[in-house]
Amino acid sequence: MKEIYLDNNATTKVDEAVFEEMRPYFCELYGNPSSMHFFGGQVQGKVTEARNRVAALLGASPDEIIFTACGTESDNAAIRSALEILPERRHVITSRVEHPAVLTQCRNLTQKGYRVTEIGVDEAGRLDMAELKAAVDDDTAIVSLMWANNETGVIFPVEEAAAIAKAKGALFHTDAVQAVGKIPINMDNSVIDMLSLSGHKLHAPKGIGVLYLRRGTPFRPFLVGGHQEKSRRAGTENAAAIIALGKACELAQNFMEQENTQVKAMRDRLQDSLMASIPHARINGGGAERLPNTASIAFEFVEGESILLYLSELGVCASSGSACTSGSLEPSHVLRAMGVPFTCAHGSIRFSLSRYTTDEEIDLVIRELPSIVERLRLMSPFGREFLKGKA
Amino acid sequence: MWDYTPIVKDHFLNPRNVGDIPDADAVGEVGSLACGDALKLYLKLDENKDKIVDAKFQTFGCASAIASSSALTEMVKGKSLDEALAISNQDIADFLGGLPEEKMHCSVMGQEALEVAIAKYRGHEAPVHAHDHDHGPAYPDQEGTVVCKCFGITDLFLKKVIETNKLTTAEQVTHFTKAGGGCGGCIPKIKELIAEVMGQQSEEPRKRPEKLSNLKKMQMIQEVLEKDIRPLLWADGGDLELVDIDGAKVQVAFRKACAGCASSGYTARMVEQKLRELVAEDIVVEEVAG
Repeated sequence: MKEIYLDNNATTKVDEAVFEEMRPYFCELYGNPSSMHFFGGQVQGKVTEARNRVAALLGASPDEIIFTACGTESDNAAIRSALEILPERRHVITSRVEHPAVLTQCRNLTQKGYRVTEIGVDEAGRLDMAELKAAVDDDTAIVSLMWANNETGVIFPVEEAAAIAKAKGALFHTDAVQAVGKIPINMDNSVIDMLSLSGHKLHAPKGIGVLYLRRGTPFRPFLVGGHQEKSRRAGTENAAAIIALGKACELAQNFMEQENTQVKAMRDRLQDSLMASIPHARINGGGAERLPNTASIAFEFVEGESILLYLSELGVCASSGSACTSGSLEPSHVLRAMGVPFTCAHGSIRFSLSRYTTDEEIDLVIRELPSIVERLRLMSPFGREFLKGKA
Repeated sequence: MWDYTPIVKDHFLNPRNVGDIPDADAVGEVGSLACGDALKLYLKLDENKDKIVDAKFQTFGCASAIASSSALTEMVKGKSLDEALAISNQDIADFLGGLPEEKMHCSVMGQEALEVAIAKYRGHEAPVHAHDHDHGPAYPDQEGTVVCKCFGITDLFLKKVIETNKLTTAEQVTHFTKAGGGCGGCIPKIKELIAEVMGQQSEEPRKRPEKLSNLKKMQMIQEVLEKDIRPLLWADGGDLELVDIDGAKVQVAFRKACAGCASSGYTARMVEQKLRELVAEDIVVEEVAG
């Protein structure tokens, strides 16, 4: 069965050109970039080129790019470093809708005597800026807020938030894993201190991430034991993946306009058609500024995992905010924080598109999903009551 | 992705006996929209009112909930009420060729609906308890005291499931009943129930130490607040912050839903009681602004 892949916020296909770029660095050009011979040196040259390409996508300088193993490592490194740099400050601010890579770490800090404030969001998923302003004080070491939400695609005004943090002398970090490659980012014209990104969200392989560290920002490394990345991240460079990420960033730059026109148009068509054909549905975060590729839609009276598995039978890959798919028993913390009622949270489906998505694929979902939802509603005691009430 | 057996997939994609029986003799309803799964089971009996001649279901839930319901209706047809009552949740799981352990609560839900339906038919109307949790109870007809506030699950029900399925860890209890899978505040209580069922004392019961240095006392107060108190408040959208400790006086400030909550005085007493129980009996908790 050919897959219809609409789960690009989970991970993406490695672009063929990206794969070709990295291919020689396994069996042929396998040298260590740190070695003092021509064989390692030529790899180092490609790593440097990759660093330049990543920097170009972010509007950053190459020396501000630290390669890591994943977005989660970058998030952990950023927050830990800030706490070590500002040891007298014992307050951390994040949001209630962060990715677990940030949220779990912050919650663990409360056990170490830190005060942690989780800023709330409104029903559209927008950050409560007034609450943020009131929360930042002279005790705040770091404010860590995501650029765009992985479940809803809602974009936070991180520049404005960073300015609020900086005014009180706190460091500002943003988890931009979902934003990089989908919307333009320019660190040259920014006050953000640190930014995390992950390769596999923008058509590079899994296992490569970046921590952007603004020039002049003090830093304490998370991994020690080597001089790599100017002693800011020890460990032999994952050269092939770094080279791949460089290529992926170059391509992301080239496709940025397409992402925000063609991909966005397909996303809009998908959500508008489904909203028109399926009663009792709502777009999570529909009232907010969102990533061009993401649509999270809640279908009342049905459970997300069931929808996903019926879709999966047709080859369609999506994801859900329901409890049953996550291994946890409560529905998504993001939807809960937005005040999405339980009746909707359990039946929320996220479609996330990419430049590989086609109109035919969108057509198929538009054609098939209404009958899947209807079938499950007929099976559900709540859906039947609702349908009866309507008749 | 869950590793569902071909039988689970078949019963999910082609569920048997979906629908209702307008003149059903017995109806059992468990779960709620808020809990994420719910099952309404209809049974039709023969003329002698002994054998189940038809069974239908309506289920809101994941694939394994739908498959468990479908399997249950197939299993009970042709059985006498007593034979049907002998069906355990494990029998439902076995019929399906097994369920992932995280999904065992779906089979428990099926067994429970069956029990409720038959009990109601026989006139053993179980008393309905007032529940103060935010979800609506998963098993409204279950007797006992609510242990898991998030899913409205009682001690008697938990003990039954622990005993029948020989569960030994709190994690297993969550997989089988959902209890403890929300805020996690009841996990210590679940551990006590497991110990009780296993006929043992709870591992190292926590007791107040005889003598305490000031430093140790402060550490213990912080620990109790972090591990025992705050998770409970989070469950209700609240929070508190330790402001200062001065001898036996512990100053706290309430945050989020607790701030300005009419019952924050009650919450402060609850905190005091817990600290007295686990740290020192002369502790006084004071609510301060800040």
